[in-house]
Amino acid sequence: MAFVELRDVGKWYAALSGRRSIAVQHFSLTLDRGDFLCLLGPSGCGKTTILSMLAGFEAPSEGQILLDGQAVRAPSRDRGVVFQGDDSLYPWLTAVQNIEFGLRVGGVPAKERRATALDYLDLVGLNGQAEKFPAELSGGMKQRIQIARALANKPKMLLMDEPFGALDAQTRSIMQRELRRIWDATGTTIVFITHDIDEAILLSTRVGVMTAGPGGTLKSVIPIEMTGDRERADPAYGRYYQQVHSDIRDEVAKASSYGRKAA
Amino acid sequence: MSVQATRAAPFEADRASPSKPGAGFQAIAAVLPYLLGFLMLFVAWHIASVYIVQSVLFPAPAAVFAKAGELAASGVLFEQIGASLQRIAIGFVLGSAIGIPIGLLMGTVPFARKMIEPWTEFLRFIPSVAMITIAVIWFGIGENSKIFLIIYATVFIVTLNTASGVATVSKNKLRAAQALGASRFQIFYLVALPATVPFILTGMRLAMANAFTTIVAAEMIAASDGLGVMLWNGRLYMLVDEIFVSLLSLGILGFTFDRLFRWGILRFAGRFSPVA
Repeated sequence: MAFVELRDVGKWYAALSGRRSIAVQHFSLTLDRGDFLCLLGPSGCGKTTILSMLAGFEAPSEGQILLDGQAVRAPSRDRGVVFQGDDSLYPWLTAVQNIEFGLRVGGVPAKERRATALDYLDLVGLNGQAEKFPAELSGGMKQRIQIARALANKPKMLLMDEPFGALDAQTRSIMQRELRRIWDATGTTIVFITHDIDEAILLSTRVGVMTAGPGGTLKSVIPIEMTGDRERADPAYGRYYQQVHSDIRDEVAKASSYGRKAA
Repeated sequence: MSVQATRAAPFEADRASPSKPGAGFQAIAAVLPYLLGFLMLFVAWHIASVYIVQSVLFPAPAAVFAKAGELAASGVLFEQIGASLQRIAIGFVLGSAIGIPIGLLMGTVPFARKMIEPWTEFLRFIPSVAMITIAVIWFGIGENSKIFLIIYATVFIVTLNTASGVATVSKNKLRAAQALGASRFQIFYLVALPATVPFILTGMRLAMANAFTTIVAAEMIAASDGLGVMLWNGRLYMLVDEIFVSLLSLGILGFTFDRLFRWGILRFAGRFSPVA
């Protein structure tokens, strides 16, 4: 049995016009434990909606999402979430207090949760920054805190919504390497949303390409089989890039022509 | 409540650290514009009084300060200030204590918000000054009518600011807490409440200004002591100097309390700041 299963999932919202606006339709995908899936697609294709349903923030309008055979109905500590912006951190708590938030609401005793939180602070490479407040940390550091906060709860899977989208290129590349290392160390199943082909190939074990929105669906899933540290100089990288790029090119074109029609 | 508002934000403390070279100079540089501003105010007042108006009805600052010194020495000034401040303090604390929970409820439960909104939206347009006559009829000319008026002047501003604070907590903060396993109650008191603190404090700061306006008007109409009484008696007996002492006291008190509030917000609640 698959670890995560999305069965013919669709999501629509009631639009002002009275018609429904379709965000995602007929989306089916399975994930194995330890998978690192990057979901790639043009803006407005519904990739964030998929993540939001996996997290349980929104319920599918049709179809089913199963985690370990159980239907996903509401958010839970099973599924850690890393958001794009840093506005999900709690600015009145220190870095380590942010990380231990999940353990605190879970009733873990103070000493124990502090020790765990410090371990995860170490894991994300922020040793020594425990007592800093989010406002004192850089964008990359804040995303590390978010990752540590999600991981400290030992979730079954990690859901990441363009977590490095707002970072500068340099920091972004460092964070990508760090995330690979953390994934290697923890073996957590990850679903990672991005619109960056390069990022998807450097990070994931599989790249899922979505069709253009509105009402996007999964177009193809490309397994990335590169060993060791992923380098752009690797000839395999170039082949994967071509493959993913040709899959997504038409969709981006469709997305922009739809935008013109709508305007 | 788990909010530890008593610990200073370290970054605020850093900024004002006296150990840094030139910190003393920086402190002077920070208050210098204020000092200059006040100095110019008094100079302009002096020029207007002595050279332009040249009337006993517009005393110069020196005469007002002399009168203030006299009233302070006899203890009268502090009695009047004390009477007004006590009313403001009691009414302001009670008004905030009523307004904060109602605001939290309105911001959290949409049904409650819709139900309470007619009250707040109706009553907040009736100025507290307009309520003076009815307050005196209901509560007499003693302390109770004044405290009622200050509560009235405080409660709506604090309620509405608190409610809008709760309603604007970013969705991701709440979702993050949900995904970390927090219960609805935990989300409320560990996330929504601390995130709302800056809005509550801002509402209280605005309410404080309102309370000052209201207390003077109320005391002018019905009271036996307070700065408003000083103003009113000054008119009755043509004690222009005393009127000016009273006005000066109001300005200084208002300014001081507002600064103290701002300082308190930065010192104790800087880390609750919605930025970041």
